[in-house]
Formats: sequence, structure tokens, C-alpha cells
Amino acid sequence: MRGETGRANLFTRRAFIVGGAQALLTAGLAGRLYQLQVVESERYAVLADENRINMQLLPPARGRIFDRFGQVLAENRLNYRLVVVPEAALDLDAALDEIAALVPIEEHDRERVLREARRKQKFVPITVREHLTWEEVSQIEVNAPDLPGVMIDVGSRRLYAFGPDAVHIVGYVGAVNESELTDDPLLALPDFRIGKNGAEKVLESSLRGEAGARQVEVNAYGRVIRELGRRPGRPGDDHMLTIDLGLQQYVAARFGDESGSAVVIDVHSGEILALASMPSYDPNLFTAGISEKQWRELIGHPRFPLSNKSITGQYSPGSTFKMIVALAALESGEVSPSHSFHCPGFLELGNRRFRCWRPHGHGDVDMVKGLTQSCDVYFYELAKRVGIDRIAAMAQRFGFGERLDIELPGEKPGLVPTRDWKLANIGEPWQGGETLIVGIGQGYLLSTPLQLAVMVARIANGGIAVQPSLLAEVIRDGQPLARDRASFPPMGLSPRHLDIVREGMLKVVNDPKGTAYRARIEEQPLAMAGKTGSVQVRRITEREHRAGVVKNEDRPWKERDHALFVAYAPLERPRYGVAVVVEHGGSGGSVAAPIARDILREVQRRDPSARARSTVPVPVPRPQETT
Amino acid sequence: MAQLEIRGRQSFSFTERLLRLNWLLVLLVCTLGAVGIGMLISASGGDTEPWAARQIVWFGAGLLVMLTVALIDIGFWLRAAYTIYGLAFALLVGVELLGAAVMGAQRWIDIGVIQLQPSELMKIALVLALARYFHGIALESLGRIRTYIPPLLMILAPAAMILRQPDLGTALLVVLGGGIMLFLAGLRAWKIGVAVAIALGSGPVAWQFLHDYQRERILTFFNPEADPLGAGYHILQSKIALGSGGLLGKGYLQGTQSHLNFLPEKQTDFIFTMMAEELGFFGVTAVLLLYLAIATYGVVMSCRSNNHFGRLLGMGVTVTFFFHVFFNIAMVIGLIPIVGLPLPLISYGGSSMLSLMLGLGLLMCVHVHRDVVLARRTGAGGS
Repeated sequence: MRGETGRANLFTRRAFIVGGAQALLTAGLAGRLYQLQVVESERYAVLADENRINMQLLPPARGRIFDRFGQVLAENRLNYRLVVVPEAALDLDAALDEIAALVPIEEHDRERVLREARRKQKFVPITVREHLTWEEVSQIEVNAPDLPGVMIDVGSRRLYAFGPDAVHIVGYVGAVNESELTDDPLLALPDFRIGKNGAEKVLESSLRGEAGARQVEVNAYGRVIRELGRRPGRPGDDHMLTIDLGLQQYVAARFGDESGSAVVIDVHSGEILALASMPSYDPNLFTAGISEKQWRELIGHPRFPLSNKSITGQYSPGSTFKMIVALAALESGEVSPSHSFHCPGFLELGNRRFRCWRPHGHGDVDMVKGLTQSCDVYFYELAKRVGIDRIAAMAQRFGFGERLDIELPGEKPGLVPTRDWKLANIGEPWQGGETLIVGIGQGYLLSTPLQLAVMVARIANGGIAVQPSLLAEVIRDGQPLARDRASFPPMGLSPRHLDIVREGMLKVVNDPKGTAYRARIEEQPLAMAGKTGSVQVRRITEREHRAGVVKNEDRPWKERDHALFVAYAPLERPRYGVAVVVEHGGSGGSVAAPIARDILREVQRRDPSARARSTVPVPVPRPQETT
Repeated sequence: MAQLEIRGRQSFSFTERLLRLNWLLVLLVCTLGAVGIGMLISASGGDTEPWAARQIVWFGAGLLVMLTVALIDIGFWLRAAYTIYGLAFALLVGVELLGAAVMGAQRWIDIGVIQLQPSELMKIALVLALARYFHGIALESLGRIRTYIPPLLMILAPAAMILRQPDLGTALLVVLGGGIMLFLAGLRAWKIGVAVAIALGSGPVAWQFLHDYQRERILTFFNPEADPLGAGYHILQSKIALGSGGLLGKGYLQGTQSHLNFLPEKQTDFIFTMMAEELGFFGVTAVLLLYLAIATYGVVMSCRSNNHFGRLLGMGVTVTFFFHVFFNIAMVIGLIPIVGLPLPLISYGGSSMLSLMLGLGLLMCVHVHRDVVLARRTGAGGS
């Protein structure tokens, strides 16, 4: 019994030690909890919020682009996307089969969906197809109860309702390249599109707008639970261009199958009313995702539809440059307008013979006749007297040889050759014969159709140095933003000299002996003045000259001359200028001049500069779906 | 032959036992059970599915088990102790042979209605077996080393099996519970000191037997911020949840960490964290006090017993229960490495609930039979 009691006492003592230890350990837990929950609570509360709060960018609506009368050239349309949520669809393969029975799904899309499904969280929607038609959307919606996890998601896409008509002006948007990433977080959004070409590219910063943001609560897997707050962004500004879409479409249609460029300019304001580059292409191909085949076709096309020939095409101006040579001569005082030179069909300088386009010559030629009949020998004589330096200086005053800074990407400067330029770039001193060649607008001389249009505008407006522009208004919240209107300085040319040049241009079209007489506008109030140009794209050898030059029509297309024509109208108080370049078209008088005539007739009939502009967009008809 | 004490009897009638049930203990257990069910509703976002409804069933069944066990004559438990231990050990071996691999660890035997976790059963069986062993040892024998060799084997054999499964938490619990029972039975303090020293010395050896994920958890424990999305994720997220709960908590059903799934296994091992986030420091301190009340009451009940088997059994159950709670909480608040133990009475799970209730039932049984006197030797083997 003593043993039993002793055992019990020993046990009781030790049990109380254990009980005390339990109480101590519990106090230890409480102490640690106090430290975490009370002392360090604030720090952990912040960490908890960082865990669950996520910022999401809200992309702003991109600004629209419309023409001077509110025709919408680029806008945002709803993009109906077919998306599938793998978690809700359960069997993705079966779901895709069922979808395919309703709307076509291409095999590579199917593979992409299955691939993405393996990579992403189960609740992340995966796009199956974009740009669904209304019929397809309704097909899906009607069958929605049988398609768990399949949804129509509405996004935004850029629509160019007039597609190819204005693509070289408006451009297009595309996905962001790695090299285009800046610190703007919008660019990192997977669906974000930025301007890749045309006005879309140049006006990117104000078209884009500012991103909004929303704060959302997410769980550990990134699924959005609810929205906590929202900060709206600012939509991009709308932009009105100086283009008259109707005229632009007319120009494109008038060109037909020819390849080349036409630029229509308001000679007083410098506003570009039409700027066509042919052939063209459809920018909607790019927003909907261009196929490999279509891309190769565009890239490999022999007539280069992707390049904007109006500003990147550099052509010898040919005889359209003769006004510059004439003005250089008049302004220098070296030649009086009435002074005649004899044209026997050629001019010899040193041991070289410089030919006139007319083998038998023009006889005695003064300045007006020289322009009217485009006598080459007359301009050889002028160039010889005036010299390359003064010709180059005059060309530069008219905008040749440098970019005109129109609101389009990739503009080329052309080239006005000088003695220094030749020494620096070719390494040889200037030759006297080269001056003669520049005298008829050939040789090293290069110009863009835009430069030709600006030249004719500056002649037509009485020597005011207009600058071309494409952007008419920037519109924010429906109101045009105030902008500085440029006023253009006079070039300091004598009005008398300009009158002589203009008389020559008038006779080119309206004198029966003029090189473009057959392309005259017979309605007197609309009559135009102009200048032809035909530019050899290959050297014609002396042997060919003797054998008789093969006619343009008998040569392969690539070897035919470029046909040029610059003109303005009306004769009294000119308003519109135009430059037309038809690549490998043949002669300026017979190919380019009729196009320019029709354009000038149309622009005067429409008279866009006289009509009030409209900042109210014209609703665009539902476009045909692109596939 | 049986020796009779004057004050005691060998058994009670069923009615007598019923009248001696400890309703305070039942109340404490039910309070914690209710807290657990409430937290499970919160864990599923305010729904009784998928956890709370089933937990109610488990808890009801557990309560029945507890009361049934308490009403069975304590003499039966004394006689059956070794049999139960043998059975539990056999099951433990069975897991090794037929257990299905769950969560990368072989711990379960599926017996249809319930997935049985033999290691849970072992905790109780070991307590029973050790209580019976020391019940039969005279005070004079307690000074001899060889007295402790059978109980040490009884502790270490199942502990090794459990560690192999691998279930570090339960293995530790078995060793600690068994060790404390040796101390309560009368093992001298300096001998325990030597044993602890040996255990610490064998640490590097034990390290070799740990699974990669267990080593990682121990390493992570010392520096959770080193790899916040990897191995340190659980403990870091748990600490964020606890800390952001603050003094008063974010409110029931309002825990952001747990409801947004930043918290791992919030219905089982990390339910305390969720509770701390939603109920705050005050809330969890109240829960801690409830646990401590059961543990202290267990000590009191055990000391009141007039038979040594009851005393040892009661204390063994109490200590196992307490350290189960302690390890779980210490783990989620970052005091010890994550060892994977549920929180008794609150975490979701039938197997652990039933084995705990079995244990508490035995404690209650000790209380019911506190005045019963048991012979030191049972059956024919008595002297």
C-alpha cells in the first residue's frame, strides 16, 4: 500500500509539472500570436492587400480619322470574338467539334486553342475565332445552352470602310513589335494595336489617348473576384484630314490599271485634297491578320502596291522641270523672255550632241514657245547660260531636294544635284554637259509627285511658298482643338516672270501646237494650264537614235517612259493644282495629261475648298465582312 | 489474486457510470467542435458544402464514440490495451503493404466508410499500452533501467513506422507523448536528459531518413522569405493572413487571404490561420484558452483517479491532445517547421476526429471510473 500511495504521489507531482508546462507553452503561442497580430499587424495587412489587389489597364478608344466632309476613313468597330473557357467547357475537343458544326474553324486555329489551353489557367478564356459575322454570332447565341463555356466576347477592331481608296494616306494599325515598346504600359497589352503606316502612324500619339485603369481583387490564381475601383482614361483624339474622299475615289478609279501617283493640292492653303498611289491594297487585311500568301503577293507585286509613290517614289521630273529652269533664267537676268534660240534638233557641246525630242528641231524658239512645245534645245541653251548653281537654287526654293514634312511616314527628299553634291557623292567634278541634262529635268535630278504638286501650286498661286498638309483638324470631345495656322511667305519671285511661265503652261494645253493640246478642258471657265513630261527610264544609245527610236508602245512595260503632267486650274485665279505620274505610261501628253485633265475637271466640279468642312462624322454603311 | 481496496470497488453498474459522466468536458469539446464547423462554413465561402455538413456527421459520430468509450468498464480497456496496441501496430504495417498513396505519403487504409489512418489510432493505442505496462510495475522496479526497455520499444517501433510513411508530425507526437508518459510513470529526470541528448545527437542521422519535401520544409522554416513562391509560400502566406487579421480580425467570412486561396489547405492544417485572420487575436486567444481548459482539466481528472492505469491513461490522452494542438498552431504561426498535423476538433477530417474522440472518451472513462480500484496484475498472471 505504501508503494501504491508513493506511486500516486510521484505521478501527481509530475502531472502538475506537465500541466504547468502545457500552460506555459500555450502562453508562448499566445505571445507569438500577439507579436504577429498586434505588434506587426500593419506590415502584414499591407502584404495581404498587395496579394489580392491587381491593377488592370483599360485601353482607350482610338481616335477616328475622317475626311474633310466627315467621311469616316478609320474607326473602331465591335469585334465579335468566339471564346471558350476550358474550365466550363469540360471537354475542349468535343466543344470545338460542336462549334465547328456552327461556324467554320480552321485546323491551325483549333491546334492553337488546344495549345493555349494546356498552357493557361483553366478559367482564362481562349479566343477561338475573331471577326465573327452577325450570322455566326446569332448561330452561336441561339445554340448557347448546348455550348457550355463557349461565349461571344466583344472587343474592338479598326475598320477602314473605304479600304484601298485611302490606304496610303490613312495607313493601318497592327500589333506592337518588341522594338516599338516604350514605357507606355498600354503597349504591353496583348490585343493592343498601334499605327504602322500612314496617318495612323504619324498621328499615333494623339490618336492613342490615355489608358484608364481598374483595381480588381484577384485570388491566388489571378482570377478576378470583383472590381474595387476604376479610373477612366481619355479616348484618343479624332482627326480630320484635308482629303476629299469623293475626289480621292475618283482619282483612284480614273487611274484604272495604270500604276503611278496623283496628288491634288489646294494651291493657296497647301491642303492635299487627294493623294493616290496606284495600285493600292486593303488595309483591313492587316487588322484582321494577313495570311502568308496575301503578304507574299503584296510584297512580290511588280508594281509595288505597298509603297506610297506620291511621297516615296522618286522620279526624274523631266520636262515638268522646265518652268524652274525658265524662272531661274528670268530671275538671273541672263535671258529675256523674248530672246530666241535656234533649235536644229540638237545642241553640240564639246564632242557631245544633245538631242531635242523633236528630231528635226523647232526652229526659232522663245521662252513661251519653248515651254509650249517643250523644246529641249531651248532649255539646253538656258541651262548653259544660267548654270547649275542657279538652277539648283531655284529648284530648292520650290521645294525640291528636301522633305516637305507632310504628315505621312517615309517621305523621300528627292535630289537636286549641285557641284558639291557630285564631288561628295560621286567623287568627280561637275561636267558642263550635266547642266544641260538637268536643264530638261533629267540626269541626277529626282523628285516626288508631292514635290511636283507643290511646285505647280507655288507657280499657280503667284509665288507663295505653300507647304502641303494633310491634317485639317484635331477634334477632342467633338470640338476642334485650336491650332496654329501657318501663313506662307512669298518666295520673292517677280510676278512678270511668273506670268510668262504661266502663259507657257497655258499654251501647252490650249495652243494647237502645245504638247497637251488634245487634253485641254474645253469648258472655258474650267480650263487648265499645265506641262508635260516624259522620262526615259533607260539610256537611248546613239545607234538607236540613228536607227529610229522604238516607240513606247512597242517596248516592254518596264522599259517604257514614265509619263508626267503637272497642271492647275482654273486659269483665272487658280485654285487647284495636280501632279500626275504614270509609271511606264509612255508620253506625258497622251497618257498623264488626260488623267490630270479629268481630275482637274472633277475637283472643280466638286470644289472641295469652297465647301464648308464638317466635323460631324457621316455614318458609314455596314461594310461587307472581310474574311 | 485480486487485492481489494477499502474505498474502492472493482466495477460500477451502467447507471452509475452514466451519472458520473463529465458534462463539462462534453461542453468544452462541443464548443470547439462548433467553432470548427463555423470555420469550415467560412472556408467554403459561407456554404455547408463541401466540408461543414460532413464534419457535422463526423463530429456527431465522434461524440457517440466518446460517450460509448467512456461508459465501457475501465477494466475492459486495461485488459484490451495490449490487444489494441497489437492491432494498431498491425494496421500500421498494413499501411506499408496495402495503403494507397495520398498526397505523396502513405497514411491511409480505405475501409469503405472511412479512410482509416492507423497512425492516429496508434497514438491512443500506445497510451493504453504504456498505461497498462506501468500500471503493473511496482514502485521499487521504477529505478531499474531494464524496466524501461519494453516501453521504449513500444514507443520507438511504431514511431519508426510512422516516420517511414512519412508522417513527421505524428511520429514526433508519438515519441513526445510516450516520453512524457515515461516521465509521469517515474523515469528519473536525469535519464530523460540523457535520452534527449542522444535524440539530439542522432539528429543528423535522422536527417538522412527524411524525405526531400520534409527537409525543405525544415530549411524553409528558418528562412521563409528566401523563396516566397516556392517552398516558403505556405508559411509566408500563413503569416500574412495571421498578421493582417490584427486584434479584432477581418470578420467572419471576410478573410481575404483564405477566401482568395492564398492560404493553402485552409480547411485542414491551416484552419487556425484562417480563424486568426477572421476572428483576430481575441478570437484565437479564446480558442487557445478552450484548448488549455481541456488540457488542464485532463490533468486534474487524471490526478483524481484512484487507479494508476486511469491516471496514466488520462494524462497520456491529455498530453497527446495538447501537443497535437500545440504542434499545429506552432507550425502555422511559424514557430516550428510545417509538419502536417490537423488542429484537433476543428480541422476537417473524419479519421482524426474519430481517433481524438476515442482518446477523449478514454479520458472521460478514467473520470467515470476514478473511484474504481484495479489489480496491479490482471488475469491469471497475478501474484
